[in-house]
Amino acid sequence: MIDWNAHLAALQVIVPMFTVPLVVLLRPSGLAWAAAMTASIGAFAVSIALTLGVLDGQVYGYSLGSWPAPYGIELRVDAFSAIVLLMVTGTSSLALLAARATLDAEIESHRQPLFYSAWLLVLTGLTGILVSADAFNFFVFMEIAALASYVLVAGGKDRRALPAAFTYLVMGTIGATFYLVGVGLIYMMTGTLNLADMESRIHVVADQTPIMVAAGFITVGLALKAAVFPLHAWLPNTYTYAPHAVTVFLAACSTKVVLYLLLRFDFFVFQANIVSHDIQFSWFFLPLAVLALLIGSGIALFEKNLKRMLAYSSVAQVGYILIGAGLVNVAGLTASVLTMFNHALAKGALFLAVACLAMRCTGLTHSDIKGAARDMPWTMAAFVVAGLSLIGMPGTAGFVSKWYLLSAVLEQGLLGISLAIIIVLSSLMSVIYIWRVVEAAYFHAPIPGTATRGEAPPLLLAATWTAVLANVYFGLNSALPVALSSAAAKTLLGHVP
Amino acid sequence: MGLLGLFHYWVFAVLLMTGFYAVIAKRNLVKKLIGLSIFQSAVFLLYITMGKVEGGTAPIYQNGASDQLFSNPLPEVLILTAIVVGISTMALGLAIVVRIKEEYGSIEEDEIMNFDR
Repeated sequence: MIDWNAHLAALQVIVPMFTVPLVVLLRPSGLAWAAAMTASIGAFAVSIALTLGVLDGQVYGYSLGSWPAPYGIELRVDAFSAIVLLMVTGTSSLALLAARATLDAEIESHRQPLFYSAWLLVLTGLTGILVSADAFNFFVFMEIAALASYVLVAGGKDRRALPAAFTYLVMGTIGATFYLVGVGLIYMMTGTLNLADMESRIHVVADQTPIMVAAGFITVGLALKAAVFPLHAWLPNTYTYAPHAVTVFLAACSTKVVLYLLLRFDFFVFQANIVSHDIQFSWFFLPLAVLALLIGSGIALFEKNLKRMLAYSSVAQVGYILIGAGLVNVAGLTASVLTMFNHALAKGALFLAVACLAMRCTGLTHSDIKGAARDMPWTMAAFVVAGLSLIGMPGTAGFVSKWYLLSAVLEQGLLGISLAIIIVLSSLMSVIYIWRVVEAAYFHAPIPGTATRGEAPPLLLAATWTAVLANVYFGLNSALPVALSSAAAKTLLGHVP
Repeated sequence: MGLLGLFHYWVFAVLLMTGFYAVIAKRNLVKKLIGLSIFQSAVFLLYITMGKVEGGTAPIYQNGASDQLFSNPLPEVLILTAIVVGISTMALGLAIVVRIKEEYGSIEEDEIMNFDR
């Protein structure tokens, strides 16, 4: 009898990975979708099981092939991994539901099985990063996820997706290669790739210069992949021109998982071992985060295309996450992890609502969706609730993370007050850009010729409302994400008083 | 170890920056990919260099010889994986360039940018 609980960490990756070759072979496309959906829900179930275990105080360690760490490859799932796993597998399942409804308009039926297999590869890569405890495994899984997501982005009908995917590929590869250089330098000095082993060996190294250089390479490389301002150039076009379901998946997950890796490296590995690392981290990321908030939200104000507007809003959201992390204390990191989770909920729901609009409208600019609320009341209601969550209205998930972020920031005296002002300013800007969509959809008459509408397909609407209800649920009952985030923050800052 | 003793690392740095420059400065998409490839290859060199132990041989245990010095084989194993990643990236990049050529009729970045204005 196999003890499934002991193998959960490995199953998390194996379930989607081993479904990929099956999905490639399945015809017709409906069957391929069903297999992909099953694998995604299976992965979701595994991450729920992992989360329940983590909440009981269990840490899942797993030695692949029974080779003990640090010689063998280790998998490790703690609270930080669990909350991001939950988010990734959950979003993947919802976005796959949406893909079933939207994909026929975007990709020919005979290519759809390939699309779904690439999707599962992205899921494999992202979950792989989250369960690994080995610096080189991170790189491999990161590239699996990245290569498959370039395919997903370029897969649609819109030809503008091609240059977007090319830029994404070039910048993603540069980011990953920088990371690889950093890992190489650390390996040279410490002789290990296992994260925990690395953490304990770095401070023994006599010459700290290569470690500093490695920290720089890893931080900048991952910041490029996480679209930290001003390294976000690949993001807006990628999100705008990718197939709608892909945008939902990538916007909610891909940058977050890289941020997970960034925080894990900078806090778990470097924080206790590099002299005045916290000051360097704060002074590098806080100014960038502030600029991301102001410029990301500022551009979103003037953007007419809905998907591009939300993409710039994502640039700003990375700023919120980094402000929390830049405080380098438990309260700040809790807020940071919580923002990751809640932003994925809000942005996922918003992009799902946009996918609904895209099914029935001729375009996605403000003038294309004029009067849409008359024909699509459910879609627009979903957009409004998810928008409120993005803004941070009480009763939605977004409020909880903004609350934690503001209270963490306000502990910091004068610097904290100015940061709080910037956070509030950016939130006000998000009120304006969400309102502009609401105004167009509710208070304008439809332009003749664009108004061939009805409500979005039931399947897509169901996915959208599930996401919206999750926003409301976690807004009213935030015990689960808060417990996981504060446990995550404590693990990350285990060495700091 | 003087400057010359670090020869491999100098080559690594120069190759890395050459590739990086090509990626940024070249407007032709294929040339960009060539730059990217040089950029990645530089890192392969870094890994292979660090595995070398002066006077060390291939890590194969021989009967009778007791004081053998081995080179570290692990970086080469790692970089084998990275080379596979590099090849996949290149293949996918070129495939996207082919699709761009089909759709836009050009692989010059400036011309493509002007199309969908």
